[in-house]
Amino acid sequence: MSALQNGKAPTRAAASDRRAARALRIILPVIVAAAGTAAWELVVRLYSIPPYVLPAPSAVLSTLVSDWGVLSQSLLTTLLTTLEGFIAASIGGIALALIFNLSKLVEYSFFPYAVILQVTPVIAIAPLLLIYLPQQTAVVVCAWIVGFFPVLSNTTLGLNSVDRNLAGLFQLYHASRWQTLCYLKLPAALPYILGGLRIAGGLSLIGAVVAEIAAGTAGAGSGLAYRIAESGYRLNIPRMFAALFLLSLAGIVIYALLALISHLALRRWHESALGKEN
Amino acid sequence: MTEAALSEVDFTTAGLAVSLRDVTKVYDNGVMALGPFDLRVRKGEFVSLLGPSGCGKSTALRIIAGLAAPTSGKVQVSRHEGASQPGQALPAQIQPSRIQASHAIGFVFQEPTLMPWASVRENVRLPLKLAHVPAADSEPRIMEALTRVGLAEFADSYPRELSGGMKMRVSLARALVTDPDILLMDEPFAALDEITRFHLNNDLLTLWRNLNKTVIFVTHSVFESVYLSQRVVVMTRRPGRIGAEIAIDAPEPRGEEFRTSAAYGEYCREVSAALAPSYSGQALL
Repeated sequence: MSALQNGKAPTRAAASDRRAARALRIILPVIVAAAGTAAWELVVRLYSIPPYVLPAPSAVLSTLVSDWGVLSQSLLTTLLTTLEGFIAASIGGIALALIFNLSKLVEYSFFPYAVILQVTPVIAIAPLLLIYLPQQTAVVVCAWIVGFFPVLSNTTLGLNSVDRNLAGLFQLYHASRWQTLCYLKLPAALPYILGGLRIAGGLSLIGAVVAEIAAGTAGAGSGLAYRIAESGYRLNIPRMFAALFLLSLAGIVIYALLALISHLALRRWHESALGKEN
Repeated sequence: MTEAALSEVDFTTAGLAVSLRDVTKVYDNGVMALGPFDLRVRKGEFVSLLGPSGCGKSTALRIIAGLAAPTSGKVQVSRHEGASQPGQALPAQIQPSRIQASHAIGFVFQEPTLMPWASVRENVRLPLKLAHVPAADSEPRIMEALTRVGLAEFADSYPRELSGGMKMRVSLARALVTDPDILLMDEPFAALDEITRFHLNNDLLTLWRNLNKTVIFVTHSVFESVYLSQRVVVMTRRPGRIGAEIAIDAPEPRGEEFRTSAAYGEYCREVSAALAPSYSGQALL
């Protein structure tokens, strides 16, 4: 008992230390952002830089507010495209990995092409896709192409990392292929799959943006990347910055959401989701 | 001695739970791991396979379980009469040895081998779930198995929240939940500290006395094999064959007083002597 009581005080001190460290990790980036923005504003005002060269943060903010109708519509379009691409990449990547896992012949036949699709820069594929596909479809396909490979390779890795003794146990109890897949392989691969999805989320946004840029002003699209390209032609630089800001924000939100889902799914059992003290 | 062991001291086929005849195992890379190996285990008997690392004792166990196929020889695994087991649908084309091994065998690995993503309850449920036992039927069996290993109140914990000894108990409960006739244990307590190991040894003996199961226990500990078993089978170096068989004729129930008795020390000396050639490299047979 006395040992327990002795141990209590340092534990409390350690907990407050951890809290302070966590607060610092939030406060420091905020300070950096505030200082950077202030310096930017100061330089623009001090040297009277015209907004078509470099708009002040305040100008970007006021554009964000005044153009919110157009920009929010574009944001919605880009997010929808990203979501469609992401869902297609997730389903496609996981399904392909499962098929590869079931049949080595299929894996040997098709895996090289999955790699080729991955290593060919999507910016170079996008103009081709735009010729053969309707624009909206082409944009989703671009998002899918860049998003599916990390899901595929991570899921494959996960399916192959099943504990050998556990696999033996399933064999001992005559588990069917389907049971082994549902009760053993998929749960074992889950941390890897979630890792793949986290990468795919950000990549899907990149894919959508790349395709929108490639479609350019020729397209009938109205996504954020299109808005950036269009604003560039019109020398509406504050709106370019505002659209760029929204894109970054979208990327951060997507990443945070997927990280949260991953944490919620794994927190009870996986090492990656456990605190350091465990 | 238990009633089961007393009533089945004969070595006729009828009383055998496991019988291996001239079993050999050659790995794909040409290494001869086992044999020729002969082993007969009576129903209800507690037998230890003792030998140096890599002598093929685990291989022998995996062959009995049907997890590995013998290169040659005969494997027979029979079940107790009237023992309950979950309904099992056998796949159509599997090796004969595996069909025989399907008779309610419980296997405990060297590692706890639990599914980290599932609670203790779900881990123990696994063999029943794979046999399509309805949840309503499996629930009381899970709790019974967990109660037997003293972990009833940890049913909703996750494996990472348990100590090494507790994980091993869960693994044991999972092996017991199908009420198997034969329990195969592959160095199950090797990674545990000595106190935990002693505890689990005692618990295992209690389970064995109460449940009337055949236990084949692989270990490389002389002390553990003498303490637990009715018969110690000492194996030679690779390829593993039987070097010696020593009956441990100690009164039941065994407990801490047996562990500190002169008879125990004497048996340990005898088994160690039988094991010595396996380590010095001399031929035994």
